[in-house]
Amino acid sequence: MAGEETNSGGDHDHDHDHDHPPFLAHHFDTPEQQFDSGKLGIWLFLVTEILFFGGMFCAYAIFRMLRPEVFEGCSQFLNTKLGAINTGVLLFSSLTMAWAVRCSQTEEHKKLTGMLAATLSCAMIFLGVKAIEYSHKWHMGLLPAGLFSYDPNHPHHEGGPNYLLWICMPFILIAIGTILWLVISLIRGNKFHIACAKPLTVVALSFFAGVGLGTYLESGGSESHAVAGAHADGDHASGEHAGDDAHDHDGDHADHDHAHSSAAQLAMEDSGDLDVLEHLASDATNTGLKDDVAARVRQSEEASGSFAYNTSDDAANTINDVEREFLTPSRAGVFFSIYYCMTGVHAIHILAGIAVLVWLLIRSVRQDFNRQYFGPVDYVGLYWHLVDLIWIYLFPLLYLIR
Amino acid sequence: MSDHSTDSHGDGHDFAHPMPVPMLLAVFGALTVLTIITVGQASFDFGSYDVLIVMFIATIKATLVGAFFMHLAHDKPFNIFIFVSSFVFVGLFIIFTLSDSQMTSKDFIPVDDAVPISAPAEPSSVPAV
Repeated sequence: MAGEETNSGGDHDHDHDHDHPPFLAHHFDTPEQQFDSGKLGIWLFLVTEILFFGGMFCAYAIFRMLRPEVFEGCSQFLNTKLGAINTGVLLFSSLTMAWAVRCSQTEEHKKLTGMLAATLSCAMIFLGVKAIEYSHKWHMGLLPAGLFSYDPNHPHHEGGPNYLLWICMPFILIAIGTILWLVISLIRGNKFHIACAKPLTVVALSFFAGVGLGTYLESGGSESHAVAGAHADGDHASGEHAGDDAHDHDGDHADHDHAHSSAAQLAMEDSGDLDVLEHLASDATNTGLKDDVAARVRQSEEASGSFAYNTSDDAANTINDVEREFLTPSRAGVFFSIYYCMTGVHAIHILAGIAVLVWLLIRSVRQDFNRQYFGPVDYVGLYWHLVDLIWIYLFPLLYLIR
Repeated sequence: MSDHSTDSHGDGHDFAHPMPVPMLLAVFGALTVLTIITVGQASFDFGSYDVLIVMFIATIKATLVGAFFMHLAHDKPFNIFIFVSSFVFVGLFIIFTLSDSQMTSKDFIPVDDAVPISAPAEPSSVPAV
């Protein structure tokens, strides 16, 4: 075994009196001392992780304090079913991880490999469901501030790139890679490689199980989702109409016609030279013309049917009105910025966890761990539980706002 | 390689405390039940207590994960102290920042929604494909 060779080489370098177990670094007296030092190190690392996420939770808290209605409204767009399933998957992976630590301590090597593979598969399923969630939102234009382009009248943008395929691409490549690895090692008959490639192939394929699960739940939950969207729409409309200077749609129309006839006598009857007007209106002092341009833009939008949610023109755009709108790009966009930032960084932590778990799995096939040396499994386990812990807070805070 | 794990070296006393399987399963069961409760309570309207209830349940879950899955119940007090103190500092950070922003700035997010950005974006995105 490769491990044996390097270990014996290591023993040669340090001419100690006592004989070293190969897993004990030479600067430690006992395996227990080594374990405790490593554990202190990983706890300190976890503290930095908590402080790191604390910054994002702080951003969340400030924005939620300032704009509670934005959170209530935008949270409707998050699919609770998918979030709940992902919570369950992550909790289960925590269970298998804790069990894996136990297996490494009791030296059940086969079971340890199995538990690590189960943990990895759960991580992949989590990412698969996440891929469905993200691609669905990107299609609807529910993007971070600056890119946010959701339109309740056309919730599903036609065309656009196939986001799901792009997210899946690296995982497809990984799956093909592991299958090739498995086939090649089967042909060569290399037992160690077969033992590594087999569970890893299952792990790579379970991403697509996650994608399937997400697709199923998303389609099954599409009705409730539509209702949620409509509900959000209704909220928005009611907020609009209850405004202090509440003019309804017809009133708006009248306003426009009025502005059209009075302020822009010089303007032409055809709407073709909007550009000229726009240019004139770019002068900050030309407020009347500005209003007119806004009105005309809105009118042409209404005519072309692409009229969107913001029914307030400049005159009605008082602070009071803005307060009630949660679905405006800058406000909803900030919610989705926070959403993508927190869940995205969490997903990156899942990816990092997958990387170290693969390393553990290969070492577990090599049977590196025993009851004096299970530190790496324990440390990775602690990291994995912390990632789970963060999701425990993220899930209700983002998905379960009423 | 198991021969290395024999007690030929060191003082021979085991420092591993394997968690009993039934306990792991019980903790997992409790966590699942608490998740279901969290999802269930979301459909009721508790007004401003919403966040408190949600955070309370999440903290119970976090304590379960910490105490049993992360072995904090059997860990050295110093490790527990380090871990818990980080939450204390995050709490201080959030409380001070929140109270500061409450007192100084009402809302600092720029509003640039006079013209909805979705409407112009749509016609341009269709021919691009």
